[in-house]
Amino acid sequence: MSEQALEEQFGELLEHYKGERGALVPLLQGAQAIFGWLPKDVIARVAEAAGEPLSMVLGVATFYSQFRLKPHAKNTIRCCHGTACHVSGAPLISQEVERCLGVHAGENTEDMLFTIEEVHCVGACGMAPVVMINDRAHGKLTPDKAVAVVKEFRAAELAAAGLAGGNGDGAA
Amino acid sequence: MSMAERTLSRPAPSRPRLTIPDVDIRICLGTGGVAAGSREVLKAFQEKLAQTDVLAVIRPREDDCAGRCASITGTGCQGLCAMDPLVEVHMGLNGSRSAVTYGLVTPAMVDEIIAKHIVGGEPIEKWIVRTDKGPTEYEAFFDRQEKLTLRHVGIIDPEEIEDYLEADGYQALYKVLSSMTPEQVVDEVSASGLRGRGGAGFPTGQKWKFAANYKSPDGVKYFICNGDEGDPGAFMDCSVLEGDPHAVFEGMAIGAYAIGATTGYLYVRAEYPLAIRRLKIAMKAAEERGFIGDNIMGSDFSFHLKLKEGAGAFVCGEETAMMESIEGDRGMPRLRPPFPAESGLWNRPTNINNVETLAVVPWIVLNGAEAFASRGYERSKGTKVFALAGKVNRTGLAEVPMGMPLRDVIFGIGGGVKKNKAFKAVQMGGPSGGCLPEALLDLPVDYETINQTGAIVGSGGMIVIDEDNCIVDTARYFLGFTQQESCGKCPPCRIGTKRMLEILDKICEGTGTLADLAFLEEIAQQVKIGSLCGLGATAPNPVLTALKYFPEEFREHVLEKKCRAHACAALTTYIIDPETCNGCRACLRACPVEAISGERKEVHVIDQELCIKCGACFDKCRFDAVRRS
Repeated sequence: MSEQALEEQFGELLEHYKGERGALVPLLQGAQAIFGWLPKDVIARVAEAAGEPLSMVLGVATFYSQFRLKPHAKNTIRCCHGTACHVSGAPLISQEVERCLGVHAGENTEDMLFTIEEVHCVGACGMAPVVMINDRAHGKLTPDKAVAVVKEFRAAELAAAGLAGGNGDGAA
Repeated sequence: MSMAERTLSRPAPSRPRLTIPDVDIRICLGTGGVAAGSREVLKAFQEKLAQTDVLAVIRPREDDCAGRCASITGTGCQGLCAMDPLVEVHMGLNGSRSAVTYGLVTPAMVDEIIAKHIVGGEPIEKWIVRTDKGPTEYEAFFDRQEKLTLRHVGIIDPEEIEDYLEADGYQALYKVLSSMTPEQVVDEVSASGLRGRGGAGFPTGQKWKFAANYKSPDGVKYFICNGDEGDPGAFMDCSVLEGDPHAVFEGMAIGAYAIGATTGYLYVRAEYPLAIRRLKIAMKAAEERGFIGDNIMGSDFSFHLKLKEGAGAFVCGEETAMMESIEGDRGMPRLRPPFPAESGLWNRPTNINNVETLAVVPWIVLNGAEAFASRGYERSKGTKVFALAGKVNRTGLAEVPMGMPLRDVIFGIGGGVKKNKAFKAVQMGGPSGGCLPEALLDLPVDYETINQTGAIVGSGGMIVIDEDNCIVDTARYFLGFTQQESCGKCPPCRIGTKRMLEILDKICEGTGTLADLAFLEEIAQQVKIGSLCGLGATAPNPVLTALKYFPEEFREHVLEKKCRAHACAALTTYIIDPETCNGCRACLRACPVEAISGERKEVHVIDQELCIKCGACFDKCRFDAVRRS
């Protein structure tokens, strides 16, 4: 989407919540949905629109784990570390997914295709251990299966982008 | 016009079914089902049934069908997650209708199910999980459950309000608005003995009474539904929100009427995208049909509902923190008193209940307080939904009368421990609860009884851990969680959990001392007493119960530098026995870090510098040549 289109959407968002009480969290959520993360100037403009001091808005943005203060890759891989997943081997699964993509949790791959996150419980405990790629959960994983799922997804992404290397090899 | 002059309009489906299909296929589309691939299975049924010329695939409310026909419905969680994707097939008409549930269904199995069962009339025995023709090996999972809260979950299509209306939907709200005063509603819920299902177990009727009695300066009161199910390992609320969203709205509207609120907030955690999507669909339908909004069903009662998406903070499940969050601030708990019933959201009287609590309210109103109170145990009435997960065979959701012995839940319904491993503990209550050993399994699941053990019933998560899980590591896991989620407002929680975690890290790394154990217990007690809210006050529970019931594991870590579960990497070494190794290369291929070397048919060696102690080689070796110590 063009910068101008994003800017327009952001303007509409600010307008939509104008004067509404308690709108700071949905404003930041909306802004993040538009830009993918929360750049400094966006936070400043949310503060201005909400009539709140910048320090207060930054306080809110840093309090909640959902908000990203640095750019985010196209796809999100969430390795679930809920209790059921933890006792069923989530730490090793995370480790292998990180190794496969060559980055740690909280980081983006160099091609900006993936961000890995560690999350607490996605509510699919019956299928533990679970990894979510975007909004789709994959369950009953082993480290091998998790890596296979990630590789398959990555190959499809690369193929869709028409790039070479869509054979599922690791990024690193 | 006064209420007495009004005739309220009774809710009814506006589009009754035109056709009762010969074949009714119901596929679990809960988060668990989808994770197991149920969407692909649903698609396969749609495509392949359309290819048969025996059956027409119809939508029963839209299509009139003279010949043989089938309908396919996506439902919420059907319960037995371990066997997801689950597919229920109802066949035959009137008296001869039969029901069969298949488990672990893949798209590849769909052809055979259609050919043999749906067209041929012969169910495929080997895939059956449940049937009305007699008990299966999974019968124990189903036969002791009583579904009051989950009465529609896994049965109706949550995205279709007509399904809910057909199943008595909004009849309880009609009953309340047409024939009960707010006081009578409060009395009914009080008489049922219902207690808050979010964890604390506070009597719901009493809570409503407080909020009803406080006067608001401008008449505004708020009713909040807490759907911020943060306990890792609990997914009851997730399943209710995904599987029966209207029941939650209906419970909220009834509660709002009882306390005199006209605005409600439903706060759902951001990690449940499917629940949020279904709630939005359901809310739109409920508003269009006038079950949420002004003058509901033609009465004087108006109730407006807003959906609030959480932003990823566990502490927001605490009621005052949730109010801060709804107000747009950092979700930090407030000092109480004043309690929310007096001064809550935007300083107005506010009532807050958990999803599961509210979902069962319509059932209580329709069936009577006595029907609910006749189930359960001593001061814990009715039924409760438990989420069985971890190292238990039949993971899933089970709703049972309160008071059922833990053993019956874990070994009866849950079918015991996976892979025949030895049971070590059941973790109840998540980060606020604790691990209970085998010796306590005959205790009834009852708020008071479980509290006495040091754990809590909590929101209903039951995570089974086995001999391969380390109790110290489990305690550390929870402390890591609470330390990370501590909001930082009060020092006992902020600093205390950090210091406790450091000690647990030391013990898991093999550098802990006996003095550390004593200090750990001392800080735990201080955090428990000194913290501002429930998060801090209960954060030490996982550690305290672990120390109480499994002291020998802590002492082994400290004194013998030994982890009997081989889960603490620093205390575990893997070596290959040169006498037994035959050089089959299985371990070498399994090693994720290429720490194993050796030629085919020659003895392999593990490079201890590279080894990450994952145990993959140990699991792979068929000759017991990999030894761990």
